[in-house]
Amino acid sequence: MSQQNLESLDVGAIREEFPILQREFNGEQLVYLDNAATTQTPDSVVDAMSDYYREFNANVHRGIHHLSQEASVAYEEAHDRVAEFIGASGGREEVIFTKNTTEAENLVAYSWGLNELGPGDEIVLTEMEHHASLVTWQQIGKRTGADVKYIRVTEDGRLDMDHARECITDDTAMLSAVHVSNTLGTVNPVSELVDIAHDHDALAFIDGAQAVPNRPVDVEAIDADFYAFSGHKMSGPTGIGALYGKRDLLEEMQPYLYGGGMIRKVTFEDSTWDDLPWKFEPGTPQIAEAVGLVAAIDWLEEIGMERIQAHEEEIARYAYDRLTAEPDVEVYGPEPGPERGGLVGFNLESVHAHDLASIMNDHAVAIRAGDHCTQPLHDKLGVAASARASFYVYNTKEEVDKLVDAIDDARQLFA
Amino acid sequence: MGLGSDMYRQQILDHYKNPRNYGELEDPTFTHIGENPMCGDEIRMDVVLDDDEETIERVAFKGDGCAISQASASMLSGKLAGKTLEELHEMDRDDVIDMLGVDISPMRVKCAVLAEKVAQDGAEIYQGDLDVDKTTTEDD
Ligand SMILES: Cc1ncc(COP(=O)(O)O)c(C=O)c1O
Repeated sequence: MSQQNLESLDVGAIREEFPILQREFNGEQLVYLDNAATTQTPDSVVDAMSDYYREFNANVHRGIHHLSQEASVAYEEAHDRVAEFIGASGGREEVIFTKNTTEAENLVAYSWGLNELGPGDEIVLTEMEHHASLVTWQQIGKRTGADVKYIRVTEDGRLDMDHARECITDDTAMLSAVHVSNTLGTVNPVSELVDIAHDHDALAFIDGAQAVPNRPVDVEAIDADFYAFSGHKMSGPTGIGALYGKRDLLEEMQPYLYGGGMIRKVTFEDSTWDDLPWKFEPGTPQIAEAVGLVAAIDWLEEIGMERIQAHEEEIARYAYDRLTAEPDVEVYGPEPGPERGGLVGFNLESVHAHDLASIMNDHAVAIRAGDHCTQPLHDKLGVAASARASFYVYNTKEEVDKLVDAIDDARQLFA
Repeated sequence: MGLGSDMYRQQILDHYKNPRNYGELEDPTFTHIGENPMCGDEIRMDVVLDDDEETIERVAFKGDGCAISQASASMLSGKLAGKTLEELHEMDRDDVIDMLGVDISPMRVKCAVLAEKVAQDGAEIYQGDLDVDKTTTEDD
């Protein structure tokens, strides 16, 4: 990433598009560092959604009237736009809208997992899975009798790839791995993992919730069979996420949610399913949210995913350096660089992460503290909770400085 | 950035740093543990009752977790001595928050009330009205 590119990212101008960032609490301006949980939404996304409600709100599924036509086209084309964004050459047929990443994971678990898995099969996960995939596959394992194995995380917060090669065997039917860890920030070698899975005729599901928002992602280059992400973590609205799936797989899979909008022909006795992706999208879908997601993708691409990645890496490196310079702060995950995303998990020795987050909140610094939906990983790290600062395209180094000031404050208070 | 968090007044910090009645009691009438799984707060309370089997004579606690949960346990352990089990059961979250003397933000109420719930559940189990191994603050 060239320095010039980086400099041309005008964070000041970007921040103007986010009125929420101007909010003040107790006279201090909000420092929003909880982007791995949810990112803020620029005006263009809010406007796109309100235009939808003001101008072409109607149910989809091709009603005869003008509004329904317009809403249907916008909703359908949103699938094409998402497909293009993540490099799915099959277009809309390979993109299913879900509520979020969690639902995408469940869709595959129910539609594919419950039907295909049985005793003797193995599901391979990583120790750094989010509960979205960990709990889902763990429970599908229990219901089908399939075994669940976990690829180890090394001391420095990376996946142990030798262990991955041991875990994934000819009995493995599904590998589900997180692309970027929401707790450690690790960027996993997902193409390599997918290749190992494919060598054993296993399918690979990649959880891209923390990757799609901040780096170029090409699902075909990764060769993932399934890939999922959430709109609300990429400057888009809540209530919408997407599941990418290879077309031949999706075609073979049975829907697990039934109802209107997903059928072709219904009799009292039986039903047949509509084409992809509609067969997996029963009922009235998230139309406004799909419109908002497209606006978010347009907004991100206008800035450029490489530049967003470079900016995040730069802020994360700065935060990492400042935090590791504090002798009583423990920072989790790999060193800054291409193998680390834009978030930093840490603990201050003398202060519980929740107390730290509360004290930060008194200074209008918003961070997350807790188990970040990775309880088993926290058990492994030997801590009940950690604090996490996560960055996005609108964050600045000055905001990182405020974070460190607040840590100083907490330390003094608890001294 | 100046000092002076609303939730971390001197009293809370003092109880956190110098917990009162910390440890275990010999021959407690009942012992109970509880946790707050999301935060990892843990509290174990030992209670000794008077011969009347109704009045709390002494309380000790051990625990691990955030300042709010541990300070709350420390303060409660002092406050409970001399109270009856009935009075213990009458306590609610507002009493705990009054005892702490600070505004507790909504997300931290679970931390604040953990000790009280552990004591109450421990008493209920002792009285035969409840059957759980461990208290958690998830279900309220
Ligand atoms: C890596 C990862 N996977 C999955 C999820 C779940 O996302 P959602 O809550 O949008 O389903 C998250 C969000 O916290 C995440 O960070």
